[in-house]
Amino acid sequence: MKELKEILQECKELSFDLNFTRAKNWKEEKEGRVLVGYMPIYFPREIIHAAGAMPVGIFGGGDIKQIIKGDAYYQSYICHIPRSIMEIALDKHLDHIDGFIFPSICDVIRNLSGIFKQQKIGKFVKYMDFPQNFLPEIGGVFYQQEMQHVLKYIKELNGVEVTIEALNHSIELYNRNRQLIDFIYRIRQDYPWRLSIEEVYCVVRAGTVIPVEEHNAILEQVCEHIKEDIGVPQDKIKVVISGAFCEQPALGLIRAIEEAGCYVVDDDYMLGSRMILGDVDATTDHPLESIAISYIKQSQYSSSIYDVHNPKENRLAKIVKDRGADGVIFAAASFCDPSLLDAPIFQNAFDKMGIRYISFQFSENINQYKVIKEQVGTFSDSIKLWENEEVVSI
Amino acid sequence: MSKEAQKEKSMILQKEMIEGLFSDLANAKELGKKVCYTFIPGNLSELIRTFDMLPVYPEINALQSAMRKKSAAYIKEAERNAHSEDVCTYVKCDVGMMMKGNIGPTGQKIPEPDVLLLSYTGCFTFLKWFETLKREYPNAKVIMVHTPYQENAEMTPEMTQYMVKQFKEEVIPQMEEVTGIKYDEAKLKRHLELSAKAEDLINEIFQTTKHKPSPIDAYFAGVYYIGPINIGFRGTQEAVDYYQELLKEIHIRIEQGLGPITPEGEMKEEKYRLVVEGPPNWTSFREFWKIFYDMGAVIVASSYTKVGGVYDLGWRHDPERPLEALAEYCMNCYTNMNIPQRIDLLKKCITEYDADGYVTNSIKSCNSFSAGQLGMMREIEDSLEVPVGFIESDLVDPRYFSYSNIKNRLESYFQMLEQRKKMEKEMETA
Repeated sequence: MKELKEILQECKELSFDLNFTRAKNWKEEKEGRVLVGYMPIYFPREIIHAAGAMPVGIFGGGDIKQIIKGDAYYQSYICHIPRSIMEIALDKHLDHIDGFIFPSICDVIRNLSGIFKQQKIGKFVKYMDFPQNFLPEIGGVFYQQEMQHVLKYIKELNGVEVTIEALNHSIELYNRNRQLIDFIYRIRQDYPWRLSIEEVYCVVRAGTVIPVEEHNAILEQVCEHIKEDIGVPQDKIKVVISGAFCEQPALGLIRAIEEAGCYVVDDDYMLGSRMILGDVDATTDHPLESIAISYIKQSQYSSSIYDVHNPKENRLAKIVKDRGADGVIFAAASFCDPSLLDAPIFQNAFDKMGIRYISFQFSENINQYKVIKEQVGTFSDSIKLWENEEVVSI
Repeated sequence: MSKEAQKEKSMILQKEMIEGLFSDLANAKELGKKVCYTFIPGNLSELIRTFDMLPVYPEINALQSAMRKKSAAYIKEAERNAHSEDVCTYVKCDVGMMMKGNIGPTGQKIPEPDVLLLSYTGCFTFLKWFETLKREYPNAKVIMVHTPYQENAEMTPEMTQYMVKQFKEEVIPQMEEVTGIKYDEAKLKRHLELSAKAEDLINEIFQTTKHKPSPIDAYFAGVYYIGPINIGFRGTQEAVDYYQELLKEIHIRIEQGLGPITPEGEMKEEKYRLVVEGPPNWTSFREFWKIFYDMGAVIVASSYTKVGGVYDLGWRHDPERPLEALAEYCMNCYTNMNIPQRIDLLKKCITEYDADGYVTNSIKSCNSFSAGQLGMMREIEDSLEVPVGFIESDLVDPRYFSYSNIKNRLESYFQMLEQRKKMEKEMETA
């Protein structure tokens, strides 16, 4: 077993490798291999894996990539991630990726799929229209048809006809992946000092750019390490982060929140890797149906899923309670419609429920965190020092 | 004299129709009518009428508030209640209006919804908007229709079937439950027949801008022309009568060689023919329009007039396939088309309407339109070699309408068009 420090360093390098070197090497190891890029939030990677291809998460350029060409495609009042994705595409970082999937998150990512089509980037571009109808016989069927389209695109490139066995095997691998990530979060709920949120983030994000078998091996080792009583507890409150599910905050910002006095015991940073709660049935003769049903019935709440029959504020409140969190930090990417439009819903409900929160906006490329750090620090202090006082939201 | 009387008739007709709707809404309870909030893109007017419900369009209320200079106060009210400065101002204006008593554009109170019909077409924010409204109106029945996006520039049979299944198994049974009225397909078909007639007429009306001079402005006046077909009258004889009358008036203008009517009278000289992409600004609508007509610029086609349905590519409601027709209608609205489709449609307009230029009015708070507009503009400029202009404003937030910035940009743009015209003339002469 590798040292934890070594594993974490590897994960960090993988997470922010805008050349997607591991994926590129995987493709070159064998002729006919296909890479399929996908944007946030969630995509059922199982089906790409079962088709003999490798899914590659594309989460923007963060604070690593300077934006020059991308700004020519997006107005100043549009969030940062589409311009950084355009930048890395135009700078040929994505040249070895064969096809691109744009899950339905918002109008910006949807229209970015059109720009990819117009620019003829990749051998296929698929806007994945996730169902907003949650009846298995209606939305579930439509979702299966959407997955079939993706499989057809991949088959055109590698000739692989997906079998039931292959799909069930892939489902098993991703079930294991989610179980291991869940284990890490459960450990952190009680012992957040064993692995910082920055480290958790890198460990999870690394899994989006390497084969799932390799990621599972990494996760197994991380889980073994954090079963041990490592690290030193600090006097920090526990918080849940919500709203940063698409454009990702820079690693420095993720670190700054914890440094400022908040153990992050749950978050939606890499929501796609944790979207399905529990296992997907890997034993049926209809694995695509299993995947569809799991999305419809076992999804985490998301700002991109219509929720009136299962209100998101109640679901987030339950996470806060289950994790034993002291409050919530709403961190929305600037100009992120889904996150910002949800803010009043959450905040009005939390005012009534007495759940403490603060909110701020970020952009993937900001690297000055002083103001946010002060805000988070004050939030932490206010809870630590006046825990029993009447709740006043900041 | 007769010309003015004819012109007024269509306007009077429209005014009467809209006043009648708001009056009915104010008296919905007394009339025993259920109230259905819904949106313009993908509006299921015929189905709403089949169940005798009265429609309310929150985005129409928002733009009307803006034109009446009330939107700023409504937006502030919403922002005081945790709504971000950076999101759709239609949503904030609507929420603010609701918080201040929900008084509609005619000064009458708009009743609370019995149904929130979300035919989620081409705009993700609609979904968030009704999630917000559901929290405010907990007793309203939310009926969600997911309209698949034309991501591959097509409406496939499986997309249509997905929608038809939603109509059959979710939308119609819930509408029956709320209204107590049994679904009557024959009635729906009758509405659809009238819809197709109105669609033929409005298509013909927007085709008249091919004349030189163009008898109408297809953007600034166009937003009035699309009123009846978009706000609940599609599928009625009233709408057919209105469009017949309007077309008659336009034909008279064509016969007389007249240009568009502006708020300051008839436009004397048509100097530039433009195609515009993006919604207009509503808070300073008149000033915005004036910049164009003062320069002799007439809009011969616009994408905004297609948000409630694209009729110029031949699609019509087919009464013989009623639910399929409703599904296709929803999928065929402008913002539900992918970016290459939008580019093709705009290029077709520029070519067929013999436009001199292409202008994008980029709306700060409407990502459905705005995200991708710069790429579209570049593609249009490169492939057609047409001069392109770019301005920025907002829908209903007056803080984002900068008159002098927009005027400066447009003046420079018109100078460029002028230069180009001169050069073309010189080359022809040479």
